[in-house]
Amino acid sequence: MSIKNAAAIVGVGDVELEKGKVKDGQSVLQIQAIAAKRALEDAGLSKDDVDGIFVAGLWGLPGVGSFPSVILSEYLGIQPKYTDSTQIGGSAFEAHVGHAAAAIKSGLCEVALVLYGSTQRSEKSRTLAGRPPVLTAQYETPFGLPSPAGSYAMAAARHMHQYGTKPEHLAEIAVATRKWAQLNPYATMRDPLSIDDVLNSPMISDPLHLLDCCLVTDGAGALVIVSPERARDCRKKPVWILGQGESHSHWSIQAMPDLTVTSAAQSGKTAFEMAGVTHDEIDVVQIYDSFTITVLLTLESLGFCKPGEGGDFISNQRTAPGGDFPMNTNGGGLSYAHPGMYGIFLLIEAVRQLRGECGERQVKDAKLSLVNGTGGTLSSTSVVILGRD
Amino acid sequence: MTDQNKPMPIPDGDSNVFWQGCKENKLLIQKCSDCSKHIFYPRILCPNCFSEKIEWVESTGKGKVYSYTIARRGGGPAFKDDVPYAVALIQLDEGVRMFSNIINADVEEVKCDMAVEVVFVDSGEFTLPKFQPAGILK
Ligand SMILES: [Zn+2]
Repeated sequence: MSIKNAAAIVGVGDVELEKGKVKDGQSVLQIQAIAAKRALEDAGLSKDDVDGIFVAGLWGLPGVGSFPSVILSEYLGIQPKYTDSTQIGGSAFEAHVGHAAAAIKSGLCEVALVLYGSTQRSEKSRTLAGRPPVLTAQYETPFGLPSPAGSYAMAAARHMHQYGTKPEHLAEIAVATRKWAQLNPYATMRDPLSIDDVLNSPMISDPLHLLDCCLVTDGAGALVIVSPERARDCRKKPVWILGQGESHSHWSIQAMPDLTVTSAAQSGKTAFEMAGVTHDEIDVVQIYDSFTITVLLTLESLGFCKPGEGGDFISNQRTAPGGDFPMNTNGGGLSYAHPGMYGIFLLIEAVRQLRGECGERQVKDAKLSLVNGTGGTLSSTSVVILGRD
Repeated sequence: MTDQNKPMPIPDGDSNVFWQGCKENKLLIQKCSDCSKHIFYPRILCPNCFSEKIEWVESTGKGKVYSYTIARRGGGPAFKDDVPYAVALIQLDEGVRMFSNIINADVEEVKCDMAVEVVFVDSGEFTLPKFQPAGILK
């Protein structure tokens, strides 16, 4: 059983940010509605075509439980045949792509809408505080770990201890990503950045500096995924879902079996085997960059290089514009935007690259793209491999 | 670090014994009677073999720093005045890992794999297990 070529992404949509914020104090529902409308217009479809809805989370609604796909469907005026509120953190959207393809292949829906939005920057709702000290968090929060930076910092410290990875290696990733952001007029951070700038930025949680950490912005994005039959009638050429995998290895970093290996080792293997492609064939990669260390661990876990070799692999600005391993071409969570959960923006950028819509930052002749989402504290991963005809 | 405003554990059916043990300066962890693996955090089923035959045992309180970070910004407002402080993942000699702080040491001295031992610190109603470099006087 495979979902290879069972469905295609035919529409993407997002909203503009100004200094990391949505315009005019728009609400988290408003921006998702706009992103959804733009994605459907991009596909040449209407709201009434949507029969599957996938929503990971909804920021800003207090109270017991969470019904994100239900709340958003009501707001948009959609009554779906298929509904999915899978919430595994920033990788949820890559999981949604697989779930949507499986549902479409099974005939349970034909036109799936994947949605996300957050106004966390406008609301100033983020702090480094841990979760309330109940259930499994009671063994973590009383010790004051900055959340989530401290967990990623521990992974970086262990990788440095085991393999001799240096802060300079991590800084290479932030600098290369900024160079891509400078080619993206919609990126939040576009000033030039050097390795020294990263190393001289304030230490947040050793060994991670401020500029090793992703931005805190607003943002909204949407994807439209359809069956091969429906794809024929859409406005733009389809971007095929060739392979997808997902997994999680722990919730708290305390329970992560090996702090240097993420579950992308499993989800990536699943996706590569399903797609039937090799690492060398991938033209452009989008790797979740909540922190610089997230990228380094993920490249190793996916098998682009061996364990411990991530530092050498990304050295000499190899992932920057003009390098032989184009990565995070919109400027990433580090310099483009990071509205709490970022995974949908990796997919949107991959689709735009494969369609050749990226202007100055376009990777020439991009035919195959790998997208990796990571959620929680290196907890969950999902990998999607996309390709065009 | 005895600030009453700090987030303190909210014990439950899994953890009552653990926190009571800390109060008596005993580091109690669990051991599965069927597969012999040690378990932390405490739970009702062995996460290795799903057995319900779980017993409490006292840890030696000795272990190593598996990894750590130095918080330069506090983990929330309650920790703002404590920076810089070290948060570590302690790998106990029994094989399980737990969060703690490294105390009685300069934060710059903390390293991966350094040997540490438990030291109990009262904090209001609770006693938290913290760790210090092995062999130093309390
Ligand atoms: Zn067992």
